Amino acid sequence: MDRDQFLIEQINEAVPDAIEEVLEFRGERTLVIAQDHIKKVCQLLKSDKSLNFDLLSDISADDLLPDFPRFAVNYHLYSIPNSQRIRLRVFVEDPDDGPPTMGDIWSIATWLEMEVWDLMGVRFSGNNSLRRLFLPEDWQGHPLRKDYPLGYEEVQFSFNWEEISARKPSPKE
Amino acid sequence: MSEMLSPHSDKVQEVSLEELRAKVGTGMEILDEEEHMLLSMGPQHPSTHGVLRLLLELDGETVVNVAPDIGFLHTGIEKTMESKTFTKALVMTDRMDYLSPMSNNLGYILAVEKLLGVEATPRAQAIRVILTELTRIASHLVWLGTSALDLAAMTLFLYCFREREFIFDIFEMCSGQRMMVSYFRPGGLWRDVPEEFEPAVRQFLDFFPGRIADYEALLKKNPIFLKRTKDIGVVSAEEAVDWGLTGPSLRGSGVNLDFRKAEPYSGYEQYDFDVPLGTDGDIYSRYRCRVEEFWQSMRIIEQALDKLPGGPVNIDNRKIVPPPRSELGRSMEAVIHHFKLWTEGFDAPEGYVYQRVESPRGEFGCYLRGNGGPKPARVHFRTPSYANLASLPNMARGGFVADLVAVIGSIDVVLGDIDR
Amino acid sequence: MGIEQKLGNMGVVTYRFEDVVNWGRSGSMWPILFGLACCAIEMMSMQASHYDMSRFGMELNRPSPRQADLMIVSGRVSRKMAPIVRRLYEQMPSPKWVIAMGDCASCGGIFNNYAIVQGVDEIVPVDVYVGGCPPRPEALIDGILTLHEKVRGEKLQDWA
Repeated sequence: MDRDQFLIEQINEAVPDAIEEVLEFRGERTLVIAQDHIKKVCQLLKSDKSLNFDLLSDISADDLLPDFPRFAVNYHLYSIPNSQRIRLRVFVEDPDDGPPTMGDIWSIATWLEMEVWDLMGVRFSGNNSLRRLFLPEDWQGHPLRKDYPLGYEEVQFSFNWEEISARKPSPKE
Repeated sequence: MSEMLSPHSDKVQEVSLEELRAKVGTGMEILDEEEHMLLSMGPQHPSTHGVLRLLLELDGETVVNVAPDIGFLHTGIEKTMESKTFTKALVMTDRMDYLSPMSNNLGYILAVEKLLGVEATPRAQAIRVILTELTRIASHLVWLGTSALDLAAMTLFLYCFREREFIFDIFEMCSGQRMMVSYFRPGGLWRDVPEEFEPAVRQFLDFFPGRIADYEALLKKNPIFLKRTKDIGVVSAEEAVDWGLTGPSLRGSGVNLDFRKAEPYSGYEQYDFDVPLGTDGDIYSRYRCRVEEFWQSMRIIEQALDKLPGGPVNIDNRKIVPPPRSELGRSMEAVIHHFKLWTEGFDAPEGYVYQRVESPRGEFGCYLRGNGGPKPARVHFRTPSYANLASLPNMARGGFVADLVAVIGSIDVVLGDIDR
Repeated sequence: MGIEQKLGNMGVVTYRFEDVVNWGRSGSMWPILFGLACCAIEMMSMQASHYDMSRFGMELNRPSPRQADLMIVSGRVSRKMAPIVRRLYEQMPSPKWVIAMGDCASCGGIFNNYAIVQGVDEIVPVDVYVGGCPPRPEALIDGILTLHEKVRGEKLQDWA
């Protein structure tokens, strides 16, 4: 754990007021970072030789609907030489004005951010290739949000067989 | 203006150069566009290992640029799991990386157990390790069979699938299902392994080395295979880490990262095994890494079988693990626990965890958030094939189309993993 | 040996044209190489040596739809893939048959959500449904044999 302490001290020295909260749950440490400072923090983590977080494992987004701010973006970082793992969490209030892109720091970030935009709708500023990746190009809406319906189709039993068959599309040939 | 046939309509879709650049991704230049041909290596193709669409820009036979287009197998697994309880959602995890279903199960179950704050019994952990390593062998067998099939070595395909039948018999003996087993449950396993399990696994360990010798005899010194795989699809170590490559594809470039050693889980620290590393970063190094992993997996299985501890397979916490049927006739509390688990499911605390395992393709991570209820509030999977596919343009640019086919085989992508 | 003994001196054998055509069609049906998801792996297992599919005449999987006459939809069909499945079906020349392999192709399977077409019979007409998740290779062989029986009972006017 004193590796994490060293990490927090380095961040506080280089980018003061960046860390809003330090949480620990089940042995994992999370740093909650303000949206304005996340880019500088990530640049520090990647370029500093003693910290050396060279593998960006994942960028994932959370929809915390009844709470405000509604979205949270998690960055999971791993340092191969130091075998150290850290999670950075950024709370995003407006999904169209999300965190800046990390594509110039870790190249894989462009791809991971494409997935977050497609399914959750959080836009990363500076990322030019945000487009529909998983869904067809003309799909409206972002499915993983909590207010998007599941699209559940009613199960056809014998008592409602005809009414569902009438609604179900079927090929003419 | 370039023209590209869209898969969704017969009309030729006019695409401007900016759009094409945007589709292709960052940092890639399109040179001299009038002379290049745009080809869609479509979703239905024998060599793309599933429904992957590749937009190729070709200058004759040379690949100038590759843009992967995915999403043809998007299943909405993450959203569907939010509407099911933790145990019912386990079934969905098998179907993501369908060549190694037990690895996915293990990643998800370890995340659930981490969130609940429990740890499985030593016997369950050892059995999980044995079955996960058997899954690794089965997955690498499919990789070997299909990528050799792409290079037109068809016998190997039949050999590899013959071995898989034996592994499937072992899985069916434990759980009743050949492929999508869902055998691991929060707190342990569904039930203990039967008595025929150990002799069957030992029999497998006896004859399998001879089979590996068969495969090596076909490929290792074969001049056609060497010519098609050496110095092709090279990726350097820094580039690989920058692009988030993990697993045997990363180890083929010489970076020593194996999460079974770096962040051990489920009792892996007790077993003694090596991590095979390649040197050149080409297809041949990745091939050698995966074949060496056969030997290491067999070593782990043998050690786990020798040390297999006795004792119960499930933990005692009746709030999570259902009581055995025999107790239901005798104890009222057992009936109440059974009722609660079957109708509503167990409740998870609030909080979020991230658990990663070393799947045969790389780092498989599961981010799980609970909100006090019986259903996961958010589950996100960091799948290795999604990140590995991002390195494909780097590896394939400048080579021939035939090399592209070999490269796709060597990074071992599974489309269910990418599209979830 | 057997036929000459039964026929004796006859030099001519008569049979209905329809039956000969159906026997030819069922004896060498070529599937299209179309594997979508997990069921495709069981389809590949069925083609390997343990559960051999070439004894039913289906050894060759044609990648091109123009040369195939059986489409085994093996796996889940997502909304993005649906137009492509329809296009492949239309590109196959008649006579053509479709087997919906697995639960996801028959009815949407365990995925009852926005992204999966609930049964491939919303897009293409299906002849045989094979259940299972994934179906065992023996179950798929049973489905194929059912299809062969169906083909042997067809009339020529169906495809004319």
